[in-house]
Amino acid sequence: MGMTIAQKILATKAGLSTAEPGEIVEAYPDLVMSHTATWRSVSVMNKIGATKLFDPERLAIVLDHISPAKSEKNAADQQVSRAFARKYGIRKFFDIDSGIAHLVLMEAGHVAPGDLIVGTDSHCTIYGSLGALGTGIGYTEVTSVWLTGKLWMKVPDTFRIVLSGEFAPGVFSKDLMLYLIGTLGADGCSYKSIEFYGDSVVGLSISERMTMANLAMEMGVKCAFFPPDAKTLEYLKNRLKEPDRYHPVYADTDAVYQKKLEVDLAQLEPMIACPHEVQNTKPIGEVVGKKIDQLFLGSCANAKYEDLAIAAQILKGRHIHPSVRLIVTPGSKNILLEAAESGVFKTLLEAGGLFTNPGCGACVGDGGALADGEVCLSTANRNFLGRMGSSKAEIYLCSPATLAASAIRGVISDPREFLQDAWASARGEEA
Amino acid sequence: MKTIIQGKAFKFGDNINSDVIIPGQYLIYIDAERLSQHAFEVLGDDFPAKLRNYQILVAGRNFGCGSAREQAATAIRGLGINAVVASSFSRTFYRNAINDGLPIIECPDLHAAVEEGDDLRIDLAQALIFHRDRHYSFPKLPDSVRGILEMGGLAAYLKTQLTSPPRP
Ligand code: SF4
Repeated sequence: MGMTIAQKILATKAGLSTAEPGEIVEAYPDLVMSHTATWRSVSVMNKIGATKLFDPERLAIVLDHISPAKSEKNAADQQVSRAFARKYGIRKFFDIDSGIAHLVLMEAGHVAPGDLIVGTDSHCTIYGSLGALGTGIGYTEVTSVWLTGKLWMKVPDTFRIVLSGEFAPGVFSKDLMLYLIGTLGADGCSYKSIEFYGDSVVGLSISERMTMANLAMEMGVKCAFFPPDAKTLEYLKNRLKEPDRYHPVYADTDAVYQKKLEVDLAQLEPMIACPHEVQNTKPIGEVVGKKIDQLFLGSCANAKYEDLAIAAQILKGRHIHPSVRLIVTPGSKNILLEAAESGVFKTLLEAGGLFTNPGCGACVGDGGALADGEVCLSTANRNFLGRMGSSKAEIYLCSPATLAASAIRGVISDPREFLQDAWASARGEEA
Repeated sequence: MKTIIQGKAFKFGDNINSDVIIPGQYLIYIDAERLSQHAFEVLGDDFPAKLRNYQILVAGRNFGCGSAREQAATAIRGLGINAVVASSFSRTFYRNAINDGLPIIECPDLHAAVEEGDDLRIDLAQALIFHRDRHYSFPKLPDSVRGILEMGGLAAYLKTQLTSPPRP
Protein backbone atom coordinates (compact mmCIF):
# COMPACT_ATOMS: atom_id res chain seq x y z
CA MET A 1 0.00 0.00 0.00
CA GLY A 2 1.21 3.50 -0.78
CA MET A 3 2.56 5.92 1.78
CA THR A 4 1.85 9.53 2.65
CA ILE A 5 4.63 12.12 2.98
CA ALA A 6 4.80 11.74 6.77
CA GLN A 7 4.99 7.95 6.49
CA LYS A 8 7.80 8.16 3.95
CA ILE A 9 9.88 10.67 5.87
CA LEU A 10 9.51 8.82 9.17
CA ALA A 11 10.32 5.48 7.54
CA THR A 12 13.45 6.91 5.91
CA LYS A 13 14.66 8.59 9.08
CA ALA A 14 14.09 5.39 11.04
CA GLY A 15 15.95 3.29 8.47
CA LEU A 16 12.82 1.34 7.52
CA SER A 17 11.28 0.63 4.15
CA THR A 18 7.73 1.31 5.35
CA ALA A 19 5.99 2.91 8.31
CA GLU A 20 2.31 2.42 9.02
CA PRO A 21 0.05 4.89 10.86
CA GLY A 22 -0.01 4.08 14.56
CA GLU A 23 3.40 2.43 14.47
CA ILE A 24 6.04 3.81 16.81
CA VAL A 25 9.44 4.26 15.19
CA GLU A 26 12.83 5.47 16.39
CA ALA A 27 13.70 8.30 14.04
CA TYR A 28 16.90 10.30 13.59
CA PRO A 29 16.09 13.98 12.90
CA ASP A 30 18.22 15.97 10.47
CA LEU A 31 17.96 19.09 12.60
CA VAL A 32 17.18 19.84 16.24
CA MET A 33 16.17 23.42 16.80
CA SER A 34 16.25 25.04 20.19
CA HIS A 35 15.44 28.69 20.76
CA THR A 36 15.39 30.65 23.98
CA ALA A 37 14.80 27.31 25.72
CA THR A 38 18.36 26.21 24.89
CA TRP A 39 19.71 26.87 28.39
CA ARG A 40 17.09 24.52 29.81
CA SER A 41 18.28 21.70 27.56
CA VAL A 42 21.85 22.52 28.60
CA SER A 43 20.82 22.30 32.26
CA VAL A 44 19.37 18.82 31.69
CA MET A 45 22.60 17.79 30.02
CA ASN A 46 24.60 19.06 32.98
CA LYS A 47 22.26 17.41 35.45
CA ILE A 48 22.78 13.98 33.98
CA GLY A 49 26.48 14.61 33.47
CA ALA A 50 26.58 14.13 29.70
CA THR A 51 29.35 15.72 27.66
CA LYS A 52 29.12 14.26 24.18
CA LEU A 53 26.71 15.28 21.43
CA PHE A 54 25.51 12.81 18.83
CA ASP A 55 26.33 15.25 16.02
CA PRO A 56 26.92 19.00 16.58
CA GLU A 57 26.09 19.67 12.91
CA ARG A 58 22.47 18.69 13.58
CA LEU A 59 21.94 21.36 16.21
CA ALA A 60 20.53 24.79 15.44
CA ILE A 61 20.19 27.44 18.12
CA VAL A 62 18.35 30.73 17.65
CA LEU A 63 17.87 33.24 20.47
CA ASP A 64 14.49 34.66 19.56
CA HIS A 65 11.86 34.63 22.30
CA ILE A 66 13.08 37.23 24.73
CA SER A 67 15.69 39.15 22.84
CA PRO A 68 17.54 41.25 23.63
CA ALA A 69 17.55 40.12 27.25
CA LYS A 70 15.18 42.11 29.41
CA SER A 71 16.40 40.96 32.81
CA GLU A 72 19.54 39.68 34.46
CA LYS A 73 18.02 36.22 34.45
CA ASN A 74 17.45 36.30 30.66
CA ALA A 75 20.98 37.58 30.19
CA ALA A 76 22.41 34.74 32.25
CA ASP A 77 20.31 32.19 30.34
CA GLN A 78 21.52 33.55 27.01
CA GLN A 79 25.06 33.45 28.30
CA VAL A 80 24.63 29.72 28.98
CA SER A 81 23.36 29.17 25.42
CA ARG A 82 26.23 31.11 23.83
CA ALA A 83 28.85 29.32 25.93
CA PHE A 84 27.33 25.97 24.99
CA ALA A 85 27.35 26.83 21.27
CA ARG A 86 31.01 27.87 21.49
CA LYS A 87 32.09 24.87 23.52
CA TYR A 88 30.51 22.37 21.16
CA GLY A 89 31.25 24.23 17.95
CA ILE A 90 27.58 24.71 16.98
CA ARG A 91 27.82 26.43 13.61
CA LYS A 92 24.10 27.00 13.17
CA PHE A 93 24.01 29.47 16.03
CA PHE A 94 22.00 32.67 15.58
CA ASP A 95 22.21 35.40 18.18
CA ILE A 96 19.65 38.04 19.20
CA ASP A 97 19.99 40.06 16.00
CA SER A 98 18.61 37.30 13.75
CA GLY A 99 14.86 36.97 14.29
CA ILE A 100 12.33 34.19 14.87
CA ALA A 101 13.94 30.74 14.75
CA HIS A 102 11.58 29.25 12.18
CA LEU A 103 11.98 32.03 9.65
CA VAL A 104 15.72 32.38 10.26
CA LEU A 105 16.38 28.67 9.67
CA MET A 106 14.35 28.57 6.46
CA GLU A 107 15.98 31.75 5.13
CA ALA A 108 19.42 30.38 5.92
CA GLY A 109 18.81 27.19 3.93
CA HIS A 110 18.81 24.84 6.91
CA VAL A 111 15.42 23.38 5.99
CA ALA A 112 15.09 21.14 2.91
CA PRO A 113 12.27 18.98 1.56
CA GLY A 114 12.22 15.53 3.12
CA ASP A 115 14.02 16.66 6.29
CA LEU A 116 12.84 15.62 9.73
CA ILE A 117 13.13 18.57 12.09
CA VAL A 118 12.22 18.71 15.77
CA GLY A 119 12.48 21.71 18.02
CA THR A 120 11.44 23.36 21.26
CA ASP A 121 8.49 25.04 19.62
CA SER A 122 5.06 23.86 18.58
CA HIS A 123 5.11 25.91 15.37
CA CYS A 124 7.90 23.77 13.91
CA THR A 125 5.05 22.60 11.67
CA ILE A 126 5.94 25.63 9.52
CA TYR A 127 8.82 23.66 7.94
CA GLY A 128 6.19 21.73 6.02
CA SER A 129 5.83 24.81 3.81
CA LEU A 130 9.05 23.55 2.20
CA GLY A 131 8.09 19.86 2.34
CA ALA A 132 9.95 19.03 5.58
CA LEU A 133 8.40 17.24 8.56
CA GLY A 134 8.65 19.69 11.46
CA THR A 135 7.19 19.10 14.90
CA GLY A 136 7.56 20.45 18.43
CA ILE A 137 9.02 18.72 21.49
CA GLY A 138 9.97 19.82 25.03
CA TYR A 139 13.40 20.87 26.20
CA THR A 140 14.29 17.60 27.96
CA GLU A 141 13.51 15.71 24.81
CA VAL A 142 15.73 18.10 22.86
CA THR A 143 18.57 17.16 25.20
CA SER A 144 17.78 13.54 24.53
CA VAL A 145 18.04 14.05 20.76
CA TRP A 146 21.24 16.07 21.19
CA LEU A 147 22.79 13.10 23.01
CA THR A 148 21.28 10.06 21.30
CA GLY A 149 20.45 11.50 17.88
CA LYS A 150 16.98 9.93 17.94
CA LEU A 151 13.49 9.98 19.44
CA TRP A 152 10.40 7.79 19.37
CA MET A 153 7.69 9.02 17.06
CA LYS A 154 4.23 7.73 16.32
CA VAL A 155 3.49 7.58 12.60
CA PRO A 156 0.42 9.78 12.09
CA ASP A 157 -2.66 9.31 9.95
CA THR A 158 -2.95 11.92 7.22
CA PHE A 159 -5.74 14.24 6.12
CA ARG A 160 -5.78 15.43 2.53
CA ILE A 161 -6.97 19.01 2.07
CA VAL A 162 -7.75 20.02 -1.50
CA LEU A 163 -7.91 23.71 -2.35
CA SER A 164 -9.71 25.00 -5.41
CA GLY A 165 -10.59 28.45 -6.69
CA GLU A 166 -8.87 31.74 -6.00
CA PHE A 167 -9.04 34.03 -3.00
CA ALA A 168 -11.32 37.01 -3.52
CA PRO A 169 -9.47 40.33 -3.18
CA GLY A 170 -8.76 41.10 0.49
CA VAL A 171 -8.82 37.42 1.53
CA PHE A 172 -5.56 35.64 2.34
CA SER A 173 -4.05 32.37 3.53
CA LYS A 174 -4.52 33.53 7.15
CA ASP A 175 -8.26 33.79 6.58
CA LEU A 176 -8.31 30.30 5.08
CA MET A 177 -6.54 28.87 8.12
CA LEU A 178 -8.80 30.69 10.58
CA TYR A 179 -11.74 29.31 8.65
CA LEU A 180 -10.33 25.75 8.82
CA ILE A 181 -9.46 26.01 12.52
CA GLY A 182 -12.92 27.35 13.27
CA THR A 183 -14.54 24.58 11.26
CA LEU A 184 -12.42 21.64 12.42
CA GLY A 185 -11.70 22.86 15.97
CA ALA A 186 -8.59 23.12 18.11
CA ASP A 187 -8.23 19.34 18.11
CA GLY A 188 -9.71 18.75 14.67
CA CYS A 189 -6.40 17.39 13.37
CA SER A 190 -4.94 16.18 16.65
CA TYR A 191 -1.92 13.88 16.08
CA LYS A 192 -2.57 14.06 12.31
CA SER A 193 -0.41 15.00 9.39
CA ILE A 194 -2.08 17.14 6.74
CA GLU A 195 -1.16 17.51 3.07
CA PHE A 196 -2.35 20.40 0.94
CA TYR A 197 -3.24 19.75 -2.70
CA GLY A 198 -5.34 21.27 -5.45
CA ASP A 199 -5.04 23.69 -8.34
CA SER A 200 -4.89 26.65 -6.00
CA VAL A 201 -1.74 25.50 -4.22
CA VAL A 202 0.41 26.32 -7.24
CA GLY A 203 -0.57 29.96 -6.89
CA LEU A 204 0.24 30.19 -3.19
CA SER A 205 3.52 31.95 -2.46
CA ILE A 206 6.02 30.34 -0.10
CA SER A 207 5.14 33.06 2.39
CA GLU A 208 1.47 32.08 2.29
CA ARG A 209 2.39 28.41 2.64
CA MET A 210 4.46 29.28 5.69
CA THR A 211 1.48 31.02 7.27
CA MET A 212 -0.67 27.97 6.58
CA ALA A 213 1.74 25.29 7.83
CA ASN A 214 2.32 27.45 10.90
CA LEU A 215 -1.38 27.95 11.71
CA ALA A 216 -2.11 24.26 11.10
CA MET A 217 -0.65 23.72 14.57
CA GLU A 218 -3.72 25.40 16.01
CA MET A 219 -5.79 22.41 14.84
CA GLY A 220 -3.45 20.11 16.74
CA VAL A 221 -1.49 18.72 13.78
CA LYS A 222 1.74 16.83 14.24
CA CYS A 223 2.96 18.13 10.89
CA ALA A 224 1.65 19.74 7.71
CA PHE A 225 2.96 19.53 4.15
CA PHE A 226 3.01 21.38 0.89
CA PRO A 227 4.42 18.93 -1.65
CA PRO A 228 7.49 20.67 -3.12
CA ASP A 229 6.97 22.33 -6.51
CA ALA A 230 8.59 24.95 -8.73
CA LYS A 231 8.05 27.64 -6.09
CA THR A 232 9.77 25.53 -3.44
CA LEU A 233 12.74 24.95 -5.70
CA GLU A 234 12.90 28.63 -6.58
CA TYR A 235 12.88 29.60 -2.88
CA LEU A 236 15.62 27.13 -2.01
CA LYS A 237 17.78 27.46 -5.12
CA ASN A 238 20.23 29.96 -3.71
CA ARG A 239 19.65 29.03 -0.09
CA LEU A 240 20.61 25.39 0.22
CA LYS A 241 24.34 25.28 0.70
CA GLU A 242 24.72 21.85 -0.87
CA PRO A 243 22.50 21.49 -3.97
CA ASP A 244 22.17 17.74 -3.38
CA ARG A 245 20.15 18.55 -0.24
CA TYR A 246 17.06 18.99 -2.43
CA HIS A 247 15.24 15.66 -2.00
CA PRO A 248 11.54 16.28 -2.45
CA VAL A 249 9.31 13.61 -0.93
CA TYR A 250 5.85 13.01 -2.42
CA ALA A 251 3.00 10.81 -1.36
CA ASP A 252 2.33 7.68 -3.41
CA THR A 253 -0.67 7.89 -5.70
CA ASP A 254 -2.26 5.05 -3.74
CA ALA A 255 -1.46 6.54 -0.33
CA VAL A 256 -4.26 6.15 2.21
CA TYR A 257 -5.86 9.26 3.68
CA GLN A 258 -7.99 9.10 6.78
CA LYS A 259 -10.09 12.05 5.67
CA LYS A 260 -10.42 14.28 2.63
CA LEU A 261 -11.57 17.88 2.75
CA GLU A 262 -12.23 20.34 -0.02
CA VAL A 263 -12.22 24.10 0.29
CA ASP A 264 -13.18 26.57 -2.41
CA LEU A 265 -11.03 29.62 -1.73
CA ALA A 266 -13.39 31.86 -3.66
CA GLN A 267 -16.10 31.30 -1.02
CA LEU A 268 -13.98 32.62 1.85
CA GLU A 269 -14.19 36.01 3.55
CA PRO A 270 -11.78 37.77 5.91
CA MET A 271 -11.94 35.97 9.28
CA ILE A 272 -11.28 36.98 12.87
CA ALA A 273 -10.36 34.68 15.78
CA CYS A 274 -12.03 36.05 18.90
CA PRO A 275 -10.80 35.64 22.49
CA HIS A 276 -9.57 33.36 24.01
CA GLU A 277 -9.25 30.43 21.62
CA VAL A 278 -8.10 30.37 18.01
CA GLN A 279 -11.04 28.13 17.06
CA ASN A 280 -13.41 30.89 18.12
CA THR A 281 -13.51 32.33 14.60
CA LYS A 282 -16.09 34.58 12.99
CA PRO A 283 -16.50 36.12 9.55
CA ILE A 284 -15.35 39.70 9.82
CA GLY A 285 -18.86 41.10 9.39
CA GLU A 286 -19.78 39.84 12.86
CA VAL A 287 -16.89 41.64 14.55
CA VAL A 288 -16.60 44.88 12.57
CA GLY A 289 -16.64 47.95 14.79
CA LYS A 290 -14.98 46.35 17.81
CA LYS A 291 -12.79 49.03 19.41
CA ILE A 292 -9.06 48.33 19.54
CA ASP A 293 -6.24 49.72 21.67
CA GLN A 294 -3.19 47.99 20.20
CA LEU A 295 -2.31 46.36 16.89
CA PHE A 296 0.51 43.87 16.53
CA LEU A 297 1.94 43.11 13.10
CA GLY A 298 4.33 40.33 14.00
CA SER A 299 5.03 36.63 14.75
CA CYS A 300 6.22 33.64 12.75
CA ALA A 301 2.72 33.38 11.27
CA ASN A 302 2.49 36.79 9.64
CA ALA A 303 5.57 39.02 9.91
CA LYS A 304 7.28 37.97 6.72
CA TYR A 305 8.17 40.52 4.09
CA GLU A 306 5.04 39.85 2.07
CA ASP A 307 2.89 40.42 5.18
CA LEU A 308 4.52 43.76 5.96
CA ALA A 309 4.21 44.78 2.31
CA ILE A 310 0.48 44.03 2.24
CA ALA A 311 -0.07 46.12 5.37
CA ALA A 312 2.08 48.91 3.91
CA GLN A 313 0.05 48.92 0.74
CA ILE A 314 -3.10 49.77 2.68
CA LEU A 315 -1.38 52.18 5.05
CA LYS A 316 0.53 54.08 2.37
CA GLY A 317 -0.31 57.76 2.53
CA ARG A 318 -2.64 57.15 5.46
CA HIS A 319 -2.22 57.35 9.21
CA ILE A 320 -3.36 55.02 11.97
CA HIS A 321 -6.25 56.22 14.11
CA PRO A 322 -5.13 58.45 17.00
CA SER A 323 -6.69 56.12 19.57
CA VAL A 324 -4.55 53.09 18.64
CA ARG A 325 -0.89 52.08 18.70
CA LEU A 326 0.68 49.85 16.04
CA ILE A 327 3.67 47.63 16.88
CA VAL A 328 5.53 46.17 13.92
CA THR A 329 7.97 43.36 14.68
CA PRO A 330 9.60 41.94 11.54
CA GLY A 331 10.10 38.19 11.63
CA SER A 332 13.79 38.35 10.87
CA LYS A 333 16.67 40.69 10.20
CA ASN A 334 16.54 39.82 6.51
CA ILE A 335 12.88 40.80 6.41
CA LEU A 336 13.68 44.10 8.11
CA LEU A 337 16.46 44.72 5.58
CA GLU A 338 14.14 44.01 2.69
CA ALA A 339 11.49 46.30 4.17
CA ALA A 340 14.09 49.04 4.62
CA GLU A 341 15.23 48.73 1.02
CA SER A 342 11.77 48.60 -0.56
CA GLY A 343 10.29 51.51 1.37
CA VAL A 344 7.87 49.36 3.37
CA PHE A 345 9.74 50.32 6.55
CA LYS A 346 9.30 54.02 5.84
CA THR A 347 5.64 53.65 4.90
CA LEU A 348 4.78 51.83 8.11
CA LEU A 349 6.76 54.30 10.23
CA GLU A 350 5.13 57.28 8.57
CA ALA A 351 1.72 55.73 9.08
CA GLY A 352 2.35 55.76 12.82
CA GLY A 353 3.85 52.30 13.38
CA LEU A 354 6.51 51.54 15.97
CA PHE A 355 9.19 49.13 14.76
CA THR A 356 10.73 46.78 17.31
CA ASN A 357 13.66 44.45 16.74
CA PRO A 358 13.12 41.21 14.79
CA GLY A 359 12.02 38.31 16.99
CA CYS A 360 8.92 36.99 18.75
CA GLY A 361 8.28 40.21 20.67
CA ALA A 362 4.71 40.91 21.71
CA CYS A 363 3.50 37.51 20.44
CA VAL A 364 4.88 36.03 23.62
CA GLY A 365 4.38 39.10 25.79
CA ASP A 366 7.96 40.37 25.38
CA GLY A 367 7.19 44.07 25.05
CA GLY A 368 3.82 45.35 23.92
CA ALA A 369 2.06 44.03 27.00
CA LEU A 370 -1.63 44.76 27.41
CA ALA A 371 -3.31 46.39 30.40
CA ASP A 372 -6.58 45.31 32.03
CA GLY A 373 -9.50 45.69 29.66
CA GLU A 374 -7.37 46.46 26.59
CA VAL A 375 -8.03 44.93 23.19
CA CYS A 376 -5.28 43.88 20.79
CA LEU A 377 -5.72 42.94 17.15
CA SER A 378 -2.81 40.75 16.12
CA THR A 379 -1.48 38.86 13.12
CA ALA A 380 -0.01 36.17 15.39
CA ASN A 381 -1.26 32.63 15.74
CA ARG A 382 -2.53 32.56 19.33
CA ASN A 383 -5.04 34.61 21.30
CA PHE A 384 -4.88 32.67 24.56
CA LEU A 385 -5.91 34.22 27.85
CA GLY A 386 -3.05 36.21 29.37
CA ARG A 387 -0.63 35.60 26.49
CA MET A 388 0.13 39.31 26.00
CA GLY A 389 0.11 40.70 29.54
CA SER A 390 -3.09 41.14 31.52
CA SER A 391 -5.48 38.21 31.79
CA LYS A 392 -8.24 40.83 31.63
CA ALA A 393 -7.15 41.86 28.11
CA GLU A 394 -8.50 40.47 24.84
CA ILE A 395 -6.61 39.33 21.74
CA TYR A 396 -8.22 39.05 18.30
CA LEU A 397 -6.36 37.47 15.37
CA CYS A 398 -6.50 38.46 11.71
CA SER A 399 -4.56 38.80 8.45
CA PRO A 400 -2.09 41.66 7.84
CA ALA A 401 -4.61 43.32 5.48
CA THR A 402 -7.37 43.29 8.09
CA LEU A 403 -4.88 44.61 10.63
CA ALA A 404 -3.92 47.55 8.43
CA ALA A 405 -7.51 48.47 7.63
CA SER A 406 -8.42 48.28 11.31
CA ALA A 407 -5.42 50.43 12.28
CA ILE A 408 -6.77 53.23 10.12
CA ARG A 409 -10.27 53.13 11.60
CA GLY A 410 -9.30 52.29 15.20
CA VAL A 411 -11.91 49.55 15.20
CA ILE A 412 -11.95 46.11 13.57
CA SER A 413 -12.55 46.86 9.89
CA ASP A 414 -13.02 44.96 6.66
CA PRO A 415 -9.94 45.28 4.41
CA ARG A 416 -12.13 45.02 1.33
CA GLU A 417 -13.16 48.63 1.97
CA PHE A 418 -9.61 49.66 1.20
CA LEU A 419 -9.20 47.57 -1.90
CA GLN A 420 -7.00 48.78 -4.64
CA ASP A 421 -6.03 47.06 -7.79
CA ALA A 422 -2.60 46.35 -6.32
CA TRP A 423 -3.77 43.19 -4.51
CA ALA A 424 -2.98 40.82 -7.27
CA SER A 425 0.58 42.06 -7.57
CA ALA A 426 1.11 41.80 -3.81
CA ARG A 427 0.28 38.14 -3.96
CA GLY A 428 2.71 35.96 -5.83
CA GLU A 429 5.81 37.79 -4.66
CA GLU A 430 7.93 35.60 -2.48
CA ALA A 431 8.87 36.58 1.04
CA MET B 1 6.13 5.92 40.00
CA LYS B 2 3.33 4.63 42.22
CA THR B 3 0.98 2.17 40.58
CA ILE B 4 -1.99 3.25 42.69
CA ILE B 5 -2.91 6.93 42.61
CA GLN B 6 -5.68 8.14 44.86
CA GLY B 7 -7.18 11.51 45.62
CA LYS B 8 -9.69 14.24 45.00
CA ALA B 9 -10.38 15.35 41.45
CA PHE B 10 -10.54 18.88 40.11
CA LYS B 11 -12.42 19.21 36.86
CA PHE B 12 -11.56 21.27 33.77
CA GLY B 13 -13.34 21.60 30.43
CA ASP B 14 -12.02 21.21 26.86
CA ASN B 15 -8.98 22.80 25.21
CA ILE B 16 -7.13 23.95 28.33
CA ASN B 17 -4.03 25.40 26.66
CA SER B 18 -0.50 25.47 27.97
CA ASP B 19 -0.45 29.29 28.12
CA VAL B 20 -3.21 29.01 30.73
CA ILE B 21 -1.42 26.21 32.55
CA ILE B 22 1.76 28.26 32.84
CA PRO B 23 2.01 31.75 31.30
CA GLY B 24 5.01 32.54 29.11
CA GLN B 25 6.55 34.98 31.54
CA TYR B 26 7.37 32.17 33.98
CA LEU B 27 9.22 30.01 31.47
CA ILE B 28 12.41 31.48 32.87
CA TYR B 29 11.95 28.91 35.66
CA ILE B 30 12.20 25.15 35.39
CA ASP B 31 11.75 23.97 38.97
CA ALA B 32 8.40 22.46 39.81
CA GLU B 33 7.72 24.30 43.06
CA ARG B 34 8.42 27.73 41.60
CA LEU B 35 6.38 27.09 38.47
CA SER B 36 3.46 25.69 40.43
CA GLN B 37 3.01 29.01 42.25
CA HIS B 38 1.80 30.43 38.94
CA ALA B 39 0.01 27.40 37.46
CA PHE B 40 -3.42 28.37 36.09
CA GLU B 41 -3.13 31.80 37.74
CA VAL B 42 -4.64 33.57 34.71
CA LEU B 43 -7.93 31.90 35.61
CA GLY B 44 -8.02 34.17 38.69
CA ASP B 45 -9.68 33.00 41.87
CA ASP B 46 -6.39 32.13 43.55
CA PHE B 47 -6.15 29.04 41.37
CA PRO B 48 -2.65 27.84 42.27
CA ALA B 49 -3.51 27.70 46.00
CA LYS B 50 -6.93 26.17 45.35
CA LEU B 51 -5.55 23.34 43.21
CA ARG B 52 -3.24 22.23 46.00
CA ASN B 53 -6.30 20.70 47.66
CA TYR B 54 -6.65 18.22 44.81
CA GLN B 55 -4.47 15.33 43.69
CA ILE B 56 -5.91 14.46 40.28
CA LEU B 57 -6.97 16.65 37.38
CA VAL B 58 -9.81 15.51 35.15
CA ALA B 59 -10.14 17.38 31.87
CA GLY B 60 -12.06 17.25 28.63
CA ARG B 61 -10.63 17.14 25.12
CA ASN B 62 -7.25 18.40 23.93
CA PHE B 63 -5.74 19.14 27.34
CA GLY B 64 -2.44 21.03 27.09
CA CYS B 65 -2.92 22.31 23.55
CA GLY B 66 -0.87 25.19 22.18
CA SER B 67 2.73 25.81 23.12
CA ALA B 68 5.24 22.94 23.38
CA ARG B 69 6.43 24.28 26.75
CA GLU B 70 7.47 21.39 28.96
CA GLN B 71 6.92 23.52 32.04
CA ALA B 72 3.15 22.99 31.67
CA ALA B 73 3.65 19.42 32.90
CA THR B 74 6.25 20.46 35.48
CA ALA B 75 3.96 23.13 36.96
CA ILE B 76 1.11 20.64 37.38
CA ARG B 77 3.42 18.17 39.07
CA GLY B 78 4.59 20.99 41.35
CA LEU B 79 1.03 21.53 42.55
CA GLY B 80 1.08 18.04 44.02
CA ILE B 81 -1.07 16.62 41.24
CA ASN B 82 -0.26 12.94 40.76
CA ALA B 83 -2.10 12.26 37.51
CA VAL B 84 -4.09 13.97 34.76
CA VAL B 85 -7.04 12.10 33.25
CA ALA B 86 -8.38 13.72 30.07
CA SER B 87 -10.69 12.77 27.24
CA SER B 88 -7.71 13.52 25.00
CA PHE B 89 -4.36 15.33 25.18
CA SER B 90 -2.46 17.53 22.78
CA ARG B 91 0.53 15.74 21.28
CA THR B 92 3.15 18.00 22.84
CA PHE B 93 1.63 17.90 26.32
CA TYR B 94 1.37 14.13 26.14
CA ARG B 95 5.09 13.77 25.37
CA ASN B 96 6.13 16.41 27.87
CA ALA B 97 4.12 14.82 30.68
CA ILE B 98 5.78 11.46 30.10
CA ASN B 99 9.19 13.09 29.87
CA ASP B 100 8.48 14.96 33.08
CA GLY B 101 7.29 11.87 34.96
CA LEU B 102 3.65 13.00 35.26
CA PRO B 103 1.22 10.10 34.68
CA ILE B 104 -1.39 10.93 32.05
CA ILE B 105 -4.39 8.85 31.18
CA GLU B 106 -6.72 9.06 28.21
CA CYS B 107 -10.22 8.09 29.30
CA PRO B 108 -13.01 9.86 27.36
CA ASP B 109 -15.83 8.34 29.42
CA LEU B 110 -14.79 9.64 32.81
CA HIS B 111 -15.16 13.36 32.22
CA ALA B 112 -18.96 13.54 32.15
CA ALA B 113 -19.31 11.37 35.25
CA VAL B 114 -16.92 13.24 37.55
CA GLU B 115 -17.76 16.23 39.70
CA GLU B 116 -15.33 18.51 41.42
CA GLY B 117 -14.07 17.01 44.66
CA ASP B 118 -14.96 13.42 43.78
CA ASP B 119 -12.63 10.73 45.03
CA LEU B 120 -10.81 8.73 42.37
CA ARG B 121 -8.57 5.73 42.57
CA ILE B 122 -6.37 4.93 39.60
CA ASP B 123 -4.70 1.55 39.23
CA LEU B 124 -1.99 2.01 36.62
CA ALA B 125 -0.99 -1.64 36.55
CA GLN B 126 -4.53 -2.82 35.81
CA ALA B 127 -5.36 0.27 33.72
CA LEU B 128 -8.53 1.00 35.67
CA ILE B 129 -10.03 4.10 37.26
CA PHE B 130 -12.45 3.63 40.16
CA HIS B 131 -15.08 6.32 40.68
CA ARG B 132 -18.11 5.98 42.97
CA ASP B 133 -19.48 2.52 42.25
CA ARG B 134 -18.14 2.28 38.72
CA HIS B 135 -14.82 1.67 37.09
CA TYR B 136 -13.41 2.79 33.76
CA SER B 137 -10.67 1.14 31.76
CA PHE B 138 -8.09 2.98 29.74
CA PRO B 139 -5.48 1.91 27.18
CA LYS B 140 -2.14 1.02 28.73
CA LEU B 141 0.78 3.17 27.70
CA PRO B 142 3.04 1.72 25.02
CA ASP B 143 6.04 -0.10 26.53
CA SER B 144 8.44 2.35 24.94
CA VAL B 145 7.05 5.20 27.01
CA ARG B 146 6.16 3.35 30.20
CA GLY B 147 9.82 2.82 30.95
CA ILE B 148 10.39 6.56 30.89
CA LEU B 149 7.47 7.25 33.25
CA GLU B 150 8.52 4.53 35.63
CA MET B 151 11.97 6.06 35.98
CA GLY B 152 10.37 9.39 36.89
CA GLY B 153 11.00 11.07 33.57
CA LEU B 154 13.25 11.28 30.55
CA ALA B 155 16.27 12.86 32.26
CA ALA B 156 16.61 9.94 34.68
CA TYR B 157 15.97 7.45 31.90
CA LEU B 158 18.55 9.10 29.69
CA LYS B 159 21.15 8.91 32.40
CA THR B 160 20.79 5.15 32.47
CA GLN B 161 21.05 4.99 28.68
CA LEU B 162 24.30 6.87 28.34
CA THR B 163 27.53 5.05 28.28
CA SER B 164 29.93 6.67 30.72
CA PRO B 165 31.79 9.59 29.18
CA PRO B 166 35.34 8.91 28.04
CA ARG B 167 37.96 9.53 30.70
CA PRO B 168 40.50 12.22 29.92
S1 SF4 C 1 6.56 34.38 17.03
FE1 SF4 C 1 5.13 33.70 18.60
S2 SF4 C 1 4.32 31.76 17.87
FE2 SF4 C 1 6.16 32.22 16.65
S3 SF4 C 1 7.83 31.14 17.70
FE3 SF4 C 1 7.76 33.23 18.52
S4 SF4 C 1 6.45 33.13 20.35
FE4 SF4 C 1 6.08 31.25 19.14
